[in-house]
Amino acid sequence: MLDSKVPAGPLAQKWSNHKFNMKLVNPANKRKFTIIVVGTGLAGASAAASLAELGYNVKTFCYQDSPRRAHSIAAQGGINAAKNYQNDGDSVFRLFYDTIKGGDYRGREGNTYRLAEVSVNIIDQCVAQGVPFAREYGGLLDNRSFGGAQVSRTFYARGQTGQQLLLGAYSALNRQIKKGKVQSYTRHEMLDIVTIDGHAKGIITRDLVTGKIESHAGHAVLLCTGGYGNVYFLSTNAMGCNVTAAWRAHKRGAFFANPCYTQIHPTCIPVTGDHQSKLTLMSESLRNDGRVWVPKTVELSKKLQKGELKAADIKEEDRDYYLERKYPSFGNLVPRDVASRNAKEVVDEGRGVGKSGVAVFLDFADAIKRLGEDTVRAKYGNLFDMYYQITDENPYKQPMRIYPAVHYTMGGVWVDYNLMTTVSGLYALGECNFSDHGANRLGASALMQGLSDGYFVIPYTVGDYLANLGSFAPVDQNHPAFEQTRKEVESNINRLLSLNGNKTVDDIHKQLGHIMWEYCGMARTAEGLIKAKGLIQELRKEFWENARVLGENEELNMSLEKAGRVADFLELGELMVDDALNRNESCGGHFRLESQTEEGEAKRDDENYAYVSAWEYKGDNQPEVLHKEELIFENVKLTQRSYK
Amino acid sequence: MSKELNLTLKVWRQRNNKAKGQFVTIQANNIADDMSFLEMLDVVNEDLTRKGEDPIYFDHDCREGICGMCSLVINGRPHGPKEGTTTCQLHMRSFHDGQTIVIEPWRAAAFPVLKDLAVDRTAFDRIQQAGGYVNVNTGGVPDANTIPIPKRIADEAFESATCIGCGACVAACKNASAMLFVSAKVSQFALLPQGQTERYERAQAMVDQMDKEGFGSCTNTGACEAECPVGIKLTNIARLNREYLNAKIFRQEDVHS
Repeated sequence: MLDSKVPAGPLAQKWSNHKFNMKLVNPANKRKFTIIVVGTGLAGASAAASLAELGYNVKTFCYQDSPRRAHSIAAQGGINAAKNYQNDGDSVFRLFYDTIKGGDYRGREGNTYRLAEVSVNIIDQCVAQGVPFAREYGGLLDNRSFGGAQVSRTFYARGQTGQQLLLGAYSALNRQIKKGKVQSYTRHEMLDIVTIDGHAKGIITRDLVTGKIESHAGHAVLLCTGGYGNVYFLSTNAMGCNVTAAWRAHKRGAFFANPCYTQIHPTCIPVTGDHQSKLTLMSESLRNDGRVWVPKTVELSKKLQKGELKAADIKEEDRDYYLERKYPSFGNLVPRDVASRNAKEVVDEGRGVGKSGVAVFLDFADAIKRLGEDTVRAKYGNLFDMYYQITDENPYKQPMRIYPAVHYTMGGVWVDYNLMTTVSGLYALGECNFSDHGANRLGASALMQGLSDGYFVIPYTVGDYLANLGSFAPVDQNHPAFEQTRKEVESNINRLLSLNGNKTVDDIHKQLGHIMWEYCGMARTAEGLIKAKGLIQELRKEFWENARVLGENEELNMSLEKAGRVADFLELGELMVDDALNRNESCGGHFRLESQTEEGEAKRDDENYAYVSAWEYKGDNQPEVLHKEELIFENVKLTQRSYK
Repeated sequence: MSKELNLTLKVWRQRNNKAKGQFVTIQANNIADDMSFLEMLDVVNEDLTRKGEDPIYFDHDCREGICGMCSLVINGRPHGPKEGTTTCQLHMRSFHDGQTIVIEPWRAAAFPVLKDLAVDRTAFDRIQQAGGYVNVNTGGVPDANTIPIPKRIADEAFESATCIGCGACVAACKNASAMLFVSAKVSQFALLPQGQTERYERAQAMVDQMDKEGFGSCTNTGACEAECPVGIKLTNIARLNREYLNAKIFRQEDVHS
């Protein structure tokens, strides 16, 4: 059994007590420590800025040309906080409860409560930085509703909340760069972790412009590198999002937890063809005012698909607003996993819309009638514009076509309450870790978690680790461990560059994506997963025999960059399938067809699966070993989730 | 229904910062018009890769029009012919069959070419580092609602804050001026109460850094506003000029009272 190190005591006091019990580093000694932060999204930028403010020396790394480009920037809808500004019954406990329930009781109580607790500080911090949140006419902050909650606790900046929060964290980071406390390395990719006597002491990076392989030493390493949704090739992630940093850390001893927990977001623009490179999300906030429907009959759907009928031609009584029908109390605002599965269900019945038939309508006609087009534009203008650009259809005049797409990964690097992985001194923050969302993340909670980890958790917990190190000596970059790891990285690069087959890396990545989506997507079966495992193993073999990687190391080489990432995705894919196979229950985003209620909802098996699966890497082509962290629920009662 | 296009691309190829670049003609056939411009380049690159030729390097990431990583001057216009979009949101339906498309990187002394269509925009980061923030540490800040901000002001600050830092304004400007970019951040904080205490130092520091980076002067032609994919307004530049002028006349402590 793994020890989560959640402190004892009443839920509401755990974090306060723990903060007091942790050791501190004297202000004058902080400058003797160097902390490496990989990734500069919400988690990374906020952590790096906050740690530098405290006096630590920080080095940040990102693969993009600027920290501001991290994919946190694309988050649209908002950020939750238990401010109860609306006087509608919100509280820290309610946010905690909603998040645990939304995660289908597969999250860790202590972490989730802490997240809810510090959520209120995040909003204060962002406002102090000058983040321009939406406001009421009286000048105070506005809120809106999001899925899985019956209170309005979501703070937002039009449909660009992630952008504004990231630019806030980026500004705090810039301030520390200016002060010389942070050294920022852009267009750098982390390719390995260096451990010395079991402690993480640095990283090996590749300068993407020059190809130079560099060693960077530090007293602690923070992975803030996001999720692994791009294992599916098509997802709402940015093109460059990858699992490489997390996966290489996994191979150096960091356990990987719940890899099968992936979030398929219900409202994305549907796929149009094979050339498609990514999928675009339409924010969940649209479900505040948009109504989801398909025709009641397959015949009408067929006519829509062939273009013989338009949405407006379908009479009110022939429409099935299936979410409102099945879940009257939450309606269109059911959690993401529930909304996605229901969309798949109606499409599988043949009631889908659009040319492909693989889409449902998200209709704003009622909202426009009720509020007027201008109000709708003010709320969602940029999202409507984006939809129009991509589809060439005007959503003010006809309903949007939407379909679920891979969006977020709840699984990730296993961490304890201090956000430390199973490698001492190596931490994982934000989407990169697994800890706060259980088997399904509620909307507007990813931004909350990234900033909570970076601004308000890691500054305390990393201090405790450093204070206990017992030495202020700088880490020696010339230690043989650096040389050894560096050689391994170089040999891996050379191996990739030697591939001279006839398939492109994208060909193989797309094939992997198809396998994952088909067998490890919205619905999974034992049979399908076993098949997928075989297919992935074959594909991996094909990659190393038949892929083609061009160019050389000493240049900007996108072929090489992609190849390294896809090689890691191929290994991760297999672990996801193993994990999905092991978890013989349905929970949140993990839906095993063998385990459902009579009404077709996810059916958990609390007796046998109320644990976190944490996988240990045992070497190339060796089966990974499963470790379990028991989930203990002292403050909520496990029930069948109901949003009816 | 989607149509297919056959296109002639004239693409800027440059091996690295030191090498001499040139236009290379590449045929792009059977391009579906519902592809994005970058997906069209993906298809071209896949073909090149299969032939063992070096794919065209271009910057891109989110492909949702928000990260600001994509660039490209397409037929002489930053982010292409369609107004109010980034290159990643530009779709091939904006082009016609048989068309010749010229694709170049951003051209500006302050944005040196790294390879092919990718340029180094770290100058923008350094300008932000010079003063694009409020000096506030994590923790110890007041409750968010103790700072009421009139909706009109908050909305205006938000409009300025939506700059994605892509550099199209610089690429569009005959002087390669970065004034629109700088003014967007200066405006955001000049409008908001949180930005008042350092208002003038900020304007001065950011403009000084901009000059140091080698961006040109602003002559108010407005090309930047016309090409900005997110609609940053020229009024921001007027505000920046006012802030900068005030900074030269007054001391911050005289103003802030």
